[in-house]
Amino acid sequence: MREITLSQAVNEAIAEEMRRDPTVFLLGEDVAEAGTPFKVLSGLVEEFGTERIIDTPISEPGFVGLAVGAAMTGARPIVDLMFGDFLYLVMDQLCNQAAKQHYMSGGKLSVPMVLRTNLGATRRSAAQHSQSLQALVAHIPGLKVALPSSAYEAKGLMKTAIRDNNPVVIFEDKLMYQDKAPVPEEEYLIPFGEANIKREGTDITLIATSSMVQVAEKAAETLAAEGISAEVIDPRTIVPLDEATLIESVKKTSRAIVIDEGHQSYGVTSEIASRLNEKAFYHLDAPVLRMGAMDVPVPFSPALEDLTVPTPEGVAAAARKLCSGELIHAA
Amino acid sequence: MAKAKAQSTPQSKPQSKPKTNTEDYMRMYAQMVRIRTFEDNANQLYLSAKMPGLTHMYSGEEAVAVGICEALTDSDRITSTHRGHGHCVAKGAEFREMFCELLGKEEGYCRGKGGSMHIADQSHGNLGANAIVGGSMGIATGSALRAKLQGSDDVTVCFFGDGATAQGLWYEVMNMAALWKLPVIYACENNGYSEYTKTEEIAAGSIMARAEAFGIESHQVDGQDVLAVNELTQKLVARARKGEGPFFMELMTYRYHGHHVGDINRAYYRSKEEETDWKENRDPIVRFRSWLVAEGIATEEEIEALNAEIETDAAEAVAYAEAAPYPDASEVDMHVYAD
Ligand SMILES: Cc1ncc(C[n+]2csc(CCOP(=O)(O)OP(=O)(O)O)c2C)c(N)n1
Ligand SMILES: [Mg+2]
Repeated sequence: MREITLSQAVNEAIAEEMRRDPTVFLLGEDVAEAGTPFKVLSGLVEEFGTERIIDTPISEPGFVGLAVGAAMTGARPIVDLMFGDFLYLVMDQLCNQAAKQHYMSGGKLSVPMVLRTNLGATRRSAAQHSQSLQALVAHIPGLKVALPSSAYEAKGLMKTAIRDNNPVVIFEDKLMYQDKAPVPEEEYLIPFGEANIKREGTDITLIATSSMVQVAEKAAETLAAEGISAEVIDPRTIVPLDEATLIESVKKTSRAIVIDEGHQSYGVTSEIASRLNEKAFYHLDAPVLRMGAMDVPVPFSPALEDLTVPTPEGVAAAARKLCSGELIHAA
Repeated sequence: MAKAKAQSTPQSKPQSKPKTNTEDYMRMYAQMVRIRTFEDNANQLYLSAKMPGLTHMYSGEEAVAVGICEALTDSDRITSTHRGHGHCVAKGAEFREMFCELLGKEEGYCRGKGGSMHIADQSHGNLGANAIVGGSMGIATGSALRAKLQGSDDVTVCFFGDGATAQGLWYEVMNMAALWKLPVIYACENNGYSEYTKTEEIAAGSIMARAEAFGIESHQVDGQDVLAVNELTQKLVARARKGEGPFFMELMTYRYHGHHVGDINRAYYRSKEEETDWKENRDPIVRFRSWLVAEGIATEEEIEALNAEIETDAAEAVAYAEAAPYPDASEVDMHVYAD
């Protein structure tokens, strides 16, 4: 199969959906000629013109609001939010306006929009350009949240997001834009709420999202060499969440670590760990562990930044302890 | 030439009468050269892969930061932007601590935690650079509110770019600043671009008129003319101290480099000729230098010696920063909360 970068995958998904549905348009900062700072959207304005690939001023709440209004009146806007950190600027439009329209109107209004943005640290971009804020929006009923972990997922999830009748927030890992993966030429969609078992195993389940899937896979390699068989599962969307697949796996392995690049406290890992405790408690041989980013703003200095995110070594070490029974009574 | 800005009071500020304030003029010149030299070194650090991440160069805009900050005292405050090295130097910062910060070293102004986009230098009233466009507009206005509540005559200057005028926050804080006559000066550095987009494509109407709509006295000034910037700022600062603020200044300027150091291929959004025109015909340092010589304030030789001295200073600071230690791992969860 051909291999393309995550960046090309996103570009293809958007182009295909724009060809398919004339109500799809995209707006954001430097999305047209510049094709975004990461060059993800290069070439789209040449094909679709400036009426459908719209450069906006640096007015995030404003253009997210515009997308909400356009979505409520029949369009399918895609908002490009240059950095996930800028979510804080648009929270009212996204969480009070977009997320609640369908419910508040008794199902009469809907907001079929996509907000594509990114996550991830270790790019030396400091505290305001490095956050992984998926937990923030996953907390809000009415928003769906997708976390692609490779080019393949990025394309399939983006296409599904654009066709979904709800506001969907998609986070891409900004360190992964140039990473290649096999992506079929023919059209495919990845349904929301379907986890992907990346690697089968019997001793422990590593549930990892987005940037952390590769981390979990590397940890699983290391563990395999030591005779520990780790299953790696990527939920792909955290809202909706494919609980059944996760629970099934944990029933089989009796141990789990949940890994996500958002801050650990009150985060995605906490939510998934709780659900496993509630629904697979009697099958567990050890407490479910959470591994998120350290609860600190992301520091600039490489010497500090690298300490703040989960690593394959850290995950493998934690898995070893779980499997040897060391953590059975741990806090 | 003094590296650190001398402790100064409003009275000792340049009076913009030619030839009477040699020291002030020479300091202004030196500060502009220090900024340019700092940026050349920072760019070199990036190109040689010694600096983590990216950074935004201030080169070309020196007269704005220097003209404004030379009209301020250490207790006056500024807020800065992602393109903040110029503001930081102009407000009195030292090369060593700045380079250390850019390289993520412990001796940096922010112990390596902030980096280029978050440099703050509290000792000279620099409340910090900001990686959120427009993110400091509230902070600057709040600092002015504090001065007013405190009964002090400190003024706060809020630096931001033309692109930042699209942020709604500005309109909220301008309204309050005008209602309450806060001692804040909004200084818009209009360099013609926000990232890869021309200002006229993203700004409707006139930017000055937006401030005027709140009853805020507004001025446009040539941001490549350090004397013009300084003279206007002195007047506005003096009036802001007496409670006649807020004010708005639109400073017409140009950035020589790309949006950030990695933005090398720029032809698709601005022409080489345009860049050359600004560099060759309106460079703020070249202009001021010829003025200094023409007025007999300095000789070419004195200026060359000064430039050389600044270059040596910068080279020493870079070498120092390269050799300086990174923060200890134990610092990673330090400073999340204040004691
Ligand atoms: C809220 C927010 N939106 C977008 C960005 C990305 N960004 C960084 S600098 C910039 C352009 C800023 O232009 P301007 O204010 O004119 O400043 P200049 O870079 O020209 O000095 C943009 C869009 C950001 N950092 N923060
Ligand atoms: Mg600008």
